[in-house]
Amino acid sequence: MTAAHRRLSPSSGHGVLTVLKYASLLLASAVVVVPLLAIILTSLRTPGEMTTDPSPLSAPANWFNWENFQIAFAEGHLLRALGNTTFILFFSLLGTVFIGSMTAYAVDRFRFRGKKVVMTLFLVAALVPGVTTQVATYQVVNGLGVMNTLWAPVLLYMGTDIVSIYIFLQFIRSIPISLDEAARMDGARSLTVYWRIILPLLRPAIATVVIVKGVAIYNDFYIPFLYMPSEGLGTISTALFRFKGPFGAHWEVISAGAALVILPSLVVFLALQRFIYNGFAAGATK
Amino acid sequence: MSASHLARPRPVRPRTEAEQRRRPDQRRWWTPWVYLAVPLVLLVAFTHVPAVSMFVYSLTDWDGLSPTRNFVGAGNYLDLFTRPKMLQVFVVSLFYLAGAAIQIVVALYFATILSFNTRFRNVFKGVLFFPYLINGVAIGFVFLYFFQPGGTLDTVVRLFGLEPHLWLGDPDLVNTSLAGVSVWRFMGLNMVLFLGAIQSIPPQLYEAASLDGANRWQQFRHIIVPGIKPIISLSAILAISGALSVFEIPFIMTGGSNNSETFVIQTIKLAFNFNKVGLASAAAVVLLAVVLLVTWVQRRLIPEERVELS
Repeated sequence: MTAAHRRLSPSSGHGVLTVLKYASLLLASAVVVVPLLAIILTSLRTPGEMTTDPSPLSAPANWFNWENFQIAFAEGHLLRALGNTTFILFFSLLGTVFIGSMTAYAVDRFRFRGKKVVMTLFLVAALVPGVTTQVATYQVVNGLGVMNTLWAPVLLYMGTDIVSIYIFLQFIRSIPISLDEAARMDGARSLTVYWRIILPLLRPAIATVVIVKGVAIYNDFYIPFLYMPSEGLGTISTALFRFKGPFGAHWEVISAGAALVILPSLVVFLALQRFIYNGFAAGATK
Repeated sequence: MSASHLARPRPVRPRTEAEQRRRPDQRRWWTPWVYLAVPLVLLVAFTHVPAVSMFVYSLTDWDGLSPTRNFVGAGNYLDLFTRPKMLQVFVVSLFYLAGAAIQIVVALYFATILSFNTRFRNVFKGVLFFPYLINGVAIGFVFLYFFQPGGTLDTVVRLFGLEPHLWLGDPDLVNTSLAGVSVWRFMGLNMVLFLGAIQSIPPQLYEAASLDGANRWQQFRHIIVPGIKPIISLSAILAISGALSVFEIPFIMTGGSNNSETFVIQTIKLAFNFNKVGLASAAAVVLLAVVLLVTWVQRRLIPEERVELS
C-alpha cells in the first residue's frame, strides 16, 4: 500500500479502532439527538396520553396531532413574536451591514488624522464583553427614551457589533485599490465608489455577517428580556420563555413551542450549511 | 496596514499623474468622518459610556431610580467581597470551566477523526454542530424536560440499570448538569473551528509522516496539535471568560436557585430586582477586570498574527 493510500484511509487494517471510531460518533450523535427527540415525540402527544404514560420517549398515538402546535402558536403568541423578531432582524442586519462596511471603507481607504484613535476605540470596545456592562447600558437606553420599544435591541445589536466590522475590514483589504482609482479617474466621488464598487464587492462578507449575526439575534435572550419587558414586544426567545408560567406542567405544549422555535434554525442550517460553517469560523476567531 | 502603506508619499521623484489622482478625497479632511460618524456615536454610546458610567456608579449607593446618589468610595467593593454568596458564584464558574475543558478535548477528538476518511462525515459533522444554532430558551426547555424526575435521562439511566437522580434538584448535582448542557450546546462550534484549522494543514505533512512510519497518535501529537495550537489556545482563553459570564442556561432553567447562581445572574438580580445599582456595578467592574486580565494574558501568550492565521 502506498503512502498516499494510507493517508486517505488511515484506519484500514485497524478493525478495532474503526469500530471504536464509529461507536463514538454514534454515541455523540445520540447524545445530541435524544433530548431533541423527546421534545418532538412529546409535542405530538395529547394531554391524556401524557397522564396515562408519562415516559418521555413514548411514541404518540397519532403522529399527525397538531393540536399542541396550534395552542403554542395561538396562546403562546408565537406569531406576534415572529413578527417582532423579524422586525428586529431586518433593521439590525441592515444597520450592521451599513455600519460595518462604512467603517471598514473609511478606515481602509482613507488616510486621516485621528485614525489611530478610531482604531483604538474599536479595539477597546472589542475587549469589553457586553454581558458585563448591561447594568450601565440599561441607563443609556433609558436616557435615550427607547426603553421597552423594538428600537432598543435594534440600536444595541447594530451599535455594539465589533466582529462584523472586523469581518468587513478583513475583506475590504482584498479588494484591489486600483478599482477605486479607476472609478475616480472617471470622476466618481467617494460615495459613488462606496455604493457602486465597494458595497457590491463586499457581498461575500455581507453574506457572512448576515448569517452569523442573524443567528445570534434570532437566538438572543438577554437583550430582549432586559430591554423589552412588555408582553406585546415578545421575541421568539422571550415569548417562548413566557411559556413557563401559563403552560406550567403542560410539557406537550411547551415541547411544541420549543420545536416551533428550533424548526427555522434547522431549515436555515440545512439550506446554508457551507456558508454557516465558514461564517462561524470567520466570526469566532476574529 | 495596507492602506497607509500604499498612501505613503515617495520623496525622491516628483509625484506621477496617477499618484496625484490616488486619493482626491484627502483634500476634504472630513470625508472619512462622514462614514464614521454614525458607527462611532453608537459605539461610544453603547460601549464606552456604559463602561465609564458603570465605574462611576460602582463608587456610589445609587438604587437606579432616585435622582440622588451618595459617594461611598470602595464601600461596594468591600461589601461585595465580604458577601458569603460571592465565593459561591466563583465556585459555580469552576464547574463551567471544567465543562469547557472537557468540551475542548471532546471537540479535538471529533475534529481529528472527522478530518480523516469517515463515512457520513458531513452528517456527523452537521449533527454535532447543530446544537450551537438552537435558541437558548429552547435548549433550556429541552433540558428541563430531559432532566425532569422520571424524564428522558432517568429513563435512559434506568435502561442501563442505574439509579435515577434529581439532576436539577440536588444542589450538589445541579451545576454539573447545567455545565453538561453548556458542553452539549457549544462543543460543535469548537469542533468545526478545529476541523477548519486541521484541514488547512498541508497534506504533504501527513504523507511524509506516513513514510517515516508515524502512527495515527504520533501524527496527531506531532502534526495536528502543533498545527492548530493557536486556535486551541484561543478556545481555552474564551472558555475562561465564557465560564465567568455564564447567564442564559442557568437563568432559564433554574433562575439561579439551588446553588446554581452565576456571577452575571447575581449582578442582574442585584441591579434589577434589589435596585442595588451601585453594588451591581461594582460586581460588573470586577467581572470586567477579570475578563480583561484574561484577555491580556492571552495577547501575551499568543502572538497576534498566529491567531489570525487560523
